Amino acid sequence: MTSSSYQDALHPAGPYANTIVGVWWFYLIVCTIVFVAVWIALFIAIRRARRRVEPDTLAPRAPRAMMLALAATTGLLLAMLVSSIAGARALSPQGKAVTREIQVTGHQWWWDIQYLDERSDHIAQTANELHVPVGERVRIILASSDVIHSFWVPNLHGKRDLIPGQKSIFVIQADKAGLYRAQCAEFCGLQHAKMAFIVIAEPKHDFEQWLATMRASAAQPKTADEQRGQQVFLSTSCGMCHAIKGTSAGSRVGPDLTHVGSRRTLGAAVIPNNRGNLSGWIADAGGVKPGVLMPPNPLDPDDLHALVAYLESLK
Amino acid sequence: MTPLILTLCLLASLASCRREQRQLRHSPQASTRTGGIVRDAELQPGQPWPEVTVRNVSEERAWDLNEGQRLYRAYNCNGCHANGGGGMGPALMDESWIYGSHPENIHDVIVEGRPNGMPSFGGKIPDYQIWEITAYVRSMSGLVPKLAATGRTDHMQTKISEQSKKEEK
Repeated sequence: MTSSSYQDALHPAGPYANTIVGVWWFYLIVCTIVFVAVWIALFIAIRRARRRVEPDTLAPRAPRAMMLALAATTGLLLAMLVSSIAGARALSPQGKAVTREIQVTGHQWWWDIQYLDERSDHIAQTANELHVPVGERVRIILASSDVIHSFWVPNLHGKRDLIPGQKSIFVIQADKAGLYRAQCAEFCGLQHAKMAFIVIAEPKHDFEQWLATMRASAAQPKTADEQRGQQVFLSTSCGMCHAIKGTSAGSRVGPDLTHVGSRRTLGAAVIPNNRGNLSGWIADAGGVKPGVLMPPNPLDPDDLHALVAYLESLK
Repeated sequence: MTPLILTLCLLASLASCRREQRQLRHSPQASTRTGGIVRDAELQPGQPWPEVTVRNVSEERAWDLNEGQRLYRAYNCNGCHANGGGGMGPALMDESWIYGSHPENIHDVIVEGRPNGMPSFGGKIPDYQIWEITAYVRSMSGLVPKLAATGRTDHMQTKISEQSKKEEK
């Protein structure tokens, strides 16, 4: 999870991030050369001015050098402008055929992720974990339910804002399979820093298999512990905000928990999803993320263990 | 003279201190309660219970009132009561109260539920959130301090703001 390119704009994993990093390096090299050249010219000018005691005229002494500098400046600026426009054209979502559409909705402070089929019907829902097939263009439809957020997967693309009351569209593509961390890049309130998600780029076969799992309803509880956990889920406060497909819990206020056991992280990629963290999160989510909208849930210890067992079984 | 004015100004500012209080972490105790807190019937066996009056601090905090408004939608109160004008359920922004207008009465209605459709939320949602919703419900009738009441909603304006609402009794 902590490889060197886990969240790194300089290690692109797709064509769009590649374009951006190309423009970035071009700008950096041009600016570095110009910076160094200006300092060298400045030092030469100062040294020459010291030797001369009295300037006989204020007119420029070397019109040729001036013209050269002017031409170089104009040329470089034009080159930068052209590279910037070419980069923006390459990044434009317009006219790009995609294989899949995914709707991402920003909430304070988590990401709701819904997969659409060819008819734009919502077929699967998850949270804070975006799976994409490797080597395919995917259209991301961005929306926000409260304030402005920003979708930023540095390894795949630049930032794109999620604006309330408006849908914005862009296209991403991952060419290298891997795990990439993404971060909300627009200050959105108290827990903005802890509003992240992970992108999992996987081969098409694995992706389709994962999506088929996500489409299915939640697994039925098998053991007595899991059955009691389901009872706890449905009879206490959980179902007031969360949904588990295939049960009577269907609220859309908090993240969908139909396959929560298969997720790698909790609380918008803040803590790893394991038994201890899940119990702690349920008991007092505010301890991890002060200001989080999930209230503390004082449950009987046996009920809590059963609930966690049930949620872990929802693969 | 100047120290006196300064002191008075400082004292005046203390009066509005609670408006900006935000409780971002709630204790587990603040989350639990399954029963109501007042007696609904006046007819009681034996010695009558002492009357309970509750001061709901959420009414004095702008953040809590705003949270109440958010939860009012999140928990689908607007499904029956609309934006306070009523629908399947009774209106909340007028002066008539079936079960009383005091914070403790409204709290108990939410906790216990009432006949003909009002569900019981006791044990389903944390108690502090019930107090926040109670504060918001009372703000719809102009019963909370104007200083803390919401000045505008985040959504399309369908009614006058809680802050501009005249007190209904």
